[in-house]
Amino acid sequence: MTTPKSAFPLMESLRIQWNVIIALLLREILTRYGRHNIGFLWLFVEPMLFTLGVTALWTISGLHRSSDLPITAFALTGYSAVLLWRNMPTRCVGAIEPNSSLMYHRNVRIIDIFISRVMLEAIGATISFTLLGIVFIMLGMIAPPEDFLKLIEGWLLTAWFGASLAMLLGAWAEESEIVEKLWHPAAYLLFPLSGAAYLVDATPKAFQNAVLWLPMVHGTEMIRDGYFGTKINAHYSASYMIVVSMILTLGALALERKVSREHVLE
Amino acid sequence: MIDLQDVHKSYHIRDGMIEILKGINLSIDRGEKLGILGGNGAGKSTLIRLISGIEQPTAGTIERDMRISWPLAFTGAFQGALTGLDNIRFICRIYGVDHHNVLDFVKDFSQLGRFLREPVKIYSSGMRARLAFAVSMMIDFDCYLIDEVVAVGDARFQARCQEELFVKRADRALIIVSHDAHYLRLHCKRACVLDRGVLHHFETIGEALQFHEAIMAGPV
Repeated sequence: MTTPKSAFPLMESLRIQWNVIIALLLREILTRYGRHNIGFLWLFVEPMLFTLGVTALWTISGLHRSSDLPITAFALTGYSAVLLWRNMPTRCVGAIEPNSSLMYHRNVRIIDIFISRVMLEAIGATISFTLLGIVFIMLGMIAPPEDFLKLIEGWLLTAWFGASLAMLLGAWAEESEIVEKLWHPAAYLLFPLSGAAYLVDATPKAFQNAVLWLPMVHGTEMIRDGYFGTKINAHYSASYMIVVSMILTLGALALERKVSREHVLE
Repeated sequence: MIDLQDVHKSYHIRDGMIEILKGINLSIDRGEKLGILGGNGAGKSTLIRLISGIEQPTAGTIERDMRISWPLAFTGAFQGALTGLDNIRFICRIYGVDHHNVLDFVKDFSQLGRFLREPVKIYSSGMRARLAFAVSMMIDFDCYLIDEVVAVGDARFQARCQEELFVKRADRALIIVSHDAHYLRLHCKRACVLDRGVLHHFETIGEALQFHEAIMAGPV
């Protein structure tokens, strides 16, 4: 919308985009969770159930005997990180088709659909992680994080990585159907490699060298470094994650622009 | 003003590209009423989509400094799983309109009553069209796009539509795409004819209709 003309066109555009993203976000919550039973609370209850389940499984299967780290905190940090980077691409691949009717409103762009979905996943994963963390700490099951800022830094970098990957794959999936077919097995196979279920330090050197090419391993290690601090020897490079996320973001924006220009409504 | 400069639009098809619009130049001033005539496949709907900004031109520029509606009474812009009310709220948020201010108008105008709380997918086509028209009227546009004659609902509803669109909004720009000569004569000051992707401009409706009829009478 171009009228009323603002003295700062960029601010005006940002305001419109913010309105659109919020509208999409609320709509997404309604279509996904509806108004039945607990409604939008599913946004974080669902990831909480996943995390609780995995924590329980890992505890029962005796993973906690292989190291002296508290398994609850280990599972909470690891699995929450997985949920953060893995769900965003899953939600963005094939996101345009079910939303195409909304694009009859000129202000709704493909990038807005991606951003709203990415935001929703990030919010859900963050609330789930925070709530479970607080509850576990209050119950005395785990100790509070050692370095809170580093934890947040790792969390934010993981979110950025997930978001940029999500937008790249989301735009790419419009170009080629293969992306959707390949993402699901890739996401499944990346989970055991992502650093959620192991500490890099506890693996052989050759494995470390290979697995540290994966950006999410750095994110998970960073989150654990923030959480356990002195108790572990974390292996990560924040600058590596930043560079990878920056390249992915650039690619995502370029591809989104192309897809957006060529997009045909039904 | 809306200004199209040398606008081309091509689509990918199985065996290459097909050019639907071949260098369109067109400008519409505030308050102007423009008719666009054209046979099937001339590119009318594509042109409307480009003007409304929901698709982008392959080449050329489109400048707008008016708020332009989506094609009027168009029912595709709703989310079927959401209720009428949720759709209204969503569209209000997108256009920066406070939905509390317009809800009474939409309720009254659409005559949907308690169905506003039901998902749009259970609506009949008539109910959808009424909601679509009411929603188009709830946001204040400077230019309305009309793809084919707006014939929605019963005679009373149509009379209200006419009143809202042509009387209360007489100062707004209109772009009407239609085959209906009578309708265009009634509402437009000038008309263009779109023929196989090329836009022909005419000073009067009469000349445009004559040209259009000549094309329609010619060989296919």
